[in-house]
Amino acid sequence: MACPIFDTLRQQLVPVAGPATLSPGLLAFTLTPAELLPTVQRLKGEFGFDLFLDVTAVDWLGQEPRFEVVYHFYSTVHKVRVRLKTRVREDDPSVDSLVSLYGSAAFMERECHDMYGIVFRGNADLRPILLYEGFVGHPLRKDYPKQQEQPLVPYRS
Amino acid sequence: MDTPLRNPVRSIFEKTMRDDSVIVNIGPSHPATHGTVQIITELDGERVLRTDVHCGYLHRGFEKECEDHTWHNLIPYVDRLNYCSALINNFAYCDAVEQMMGVEITPRARYLRTLLAEYSRLADHLTCVAASLMELGAMTAFLYLVMIRDYIYEHIADLTGARVTYSYGRIGGLARDLPTGWTTRLLEILDQYEDFIDRVHGLVDRNRIFIDRMRNVGVITTADAINWGYTGPILRSTGVPRDLRKDTPYLAYAELDFEVPIGIKGDNYDRYYVRMREMDESVHMIRQLVDLLPAGPINVDDPRCVLPEKSLVYAEIESLITHFKLIMDGPRVPAGEIYVAHEGANGELGFYLVSDGSGTPYKVHVRAPSFVHMGGAHLMLNGGQLADIVPTFGSINMIGGECDR
Repeated sequence: MACPIFDTLRQQLVPVAGPATLSPGLLAFTLTPAELLPTVQRLKGEFGFDLFLDVTAVDWLGQEPRFEVVYHFYSTVHKVRVRLKTRVREDDPSVDSLVSLYGSAAFMERECHDMYGIVFRGNADLRPILLYEGFVGHPLRKDYPKQQEQPLVPYRS
Repeated sequence: MDTPLRNPVRSIFEKTMRDDSVIVNIGPSHPATHGTVQIITELDGERVLRTDVHCGYLHRGFEKECEDHTWHNLIPYVDRLNYCSALINNFAYCDAVEQMMGVEITPRARYLRTLLAEYSRLADHLTCVAASLMELGAMTAFLYLVMIRDYIYEHIADLTGARVTYSYGRIGGLARDLPTGWTTRLLEILDQYEDFIDRVHGLVDRNRIFIDRMRNVGVITTADAINWGYTGPILRSTGVPRDLRKDTPYLAYAELDFEVPIGIKGDNYDRYYVRMREMDESVHMIRQLVDLLPAGPINVDDPRCVLPEKSLVYAEIESLITHFKLIMDGPRVPAGEIYVAHEGANGELGFYLVSDGSGTPYKVHVRAPSFVHMGGAHLMLNGGQLADIVPTFGSINMIGGECDR
């Protein structure tokens, strides 16, 4: 699919954001955590990626850096998507929050924090959203056993 | 003696902003909210000053569970995301896996999936509109709409064997072909739909009570909606024709003639009307698809993902081995990642899948429209009346299954 915005993005972002891979309707960049916020600012401000779709993480247990934080953006102007990926270390799993740019970041970052323990610097409200207050651990990490139980209401024996 | 239960939720409102305001908790189980959600509100009289929306009461570890089952075994799980339009989840998930495997489904499966996706959207919108109307006291309109929805449920049950959670999609095609006479009954139901939807239009569209409760209530602007990640009927109700079926056509949508209805100002009335108009468009599409539906197989001929015929499994060793390997190990999906989004009934339903090359997914993430919509729900609730929380929340159509996963 010929897509002029992708050519522009490649020219403009590859020097700062690293190599890009193209799949139908989606251009993916892998970048360092420090480049994330400036790149997203340009994506939103200059290139019209106005819809922040999703943030999640992938736990590559055994690799270093361990966590890959994955962002998806959509442009309602160009009707294409961009994926940004950045790796963070297990001992400091933190990236800059996007709440200053997108309102939708607030809830989605909370979920990602719940599930993987990624800390989003600048998101003041990282209270549990799908889990409950007092839940120990981050269930989608690969070293969290699937059968582990933390009942909020004690089981009746 | 038992220790008191810990509160699962910590409100952001430690204390009230003003001396004369009160904090009121609504939910998580409240008869007027269809969906388990907790809304903590600060009220000035009956006026909502601010809200703190909490979901997660239906969290069941969907994504964790997915990492422990083969790609095929997830199909019943994705049914339970948006259980009002389970087939759309089925097809979006199967599409994502098929794209990773490089499988192209047969023309009949492609048209049939499009038809059933629109049929599901019809059922989903019927549920949403019916429930919203009932909450405002329009019982007759509710019964009309739910009656049609039940015809649809029974009719899909004739095809899939289940009323709500169908598990009908398969990687590489569909579970089975249409039974004889299915499309005849389909067209009958569509005619009945048109009869009853006219009655609903007549009952509520210009109804003074309905307009007073819906017009200028729960307003959201286009800029806010996009900033807060809104998609689907809610974004369209603010006046932008953003629809994945038009913008990034998938399945057979590129070949269909349909319009994208939009609202004027993004209030409850617009959301009601956009859904009503979308149902008409879905019916229009289904009629086209019935005519377009080609003959042919419904599953691709690809032993990597499609189970062999049962008769062959019992008759020849190769088919038996294929069957055994597909069930026990799962279809091998090449290592990689993909994000595939379909236009769900509530908005952009995206699947982000990561494979390490084995028969089980390394990661499954669902971009659930309801969850994102809950993140911006306070925009529509704040500043309104307490009593308007119910219709506004109803018009967002939050589905607990996909919101909380």
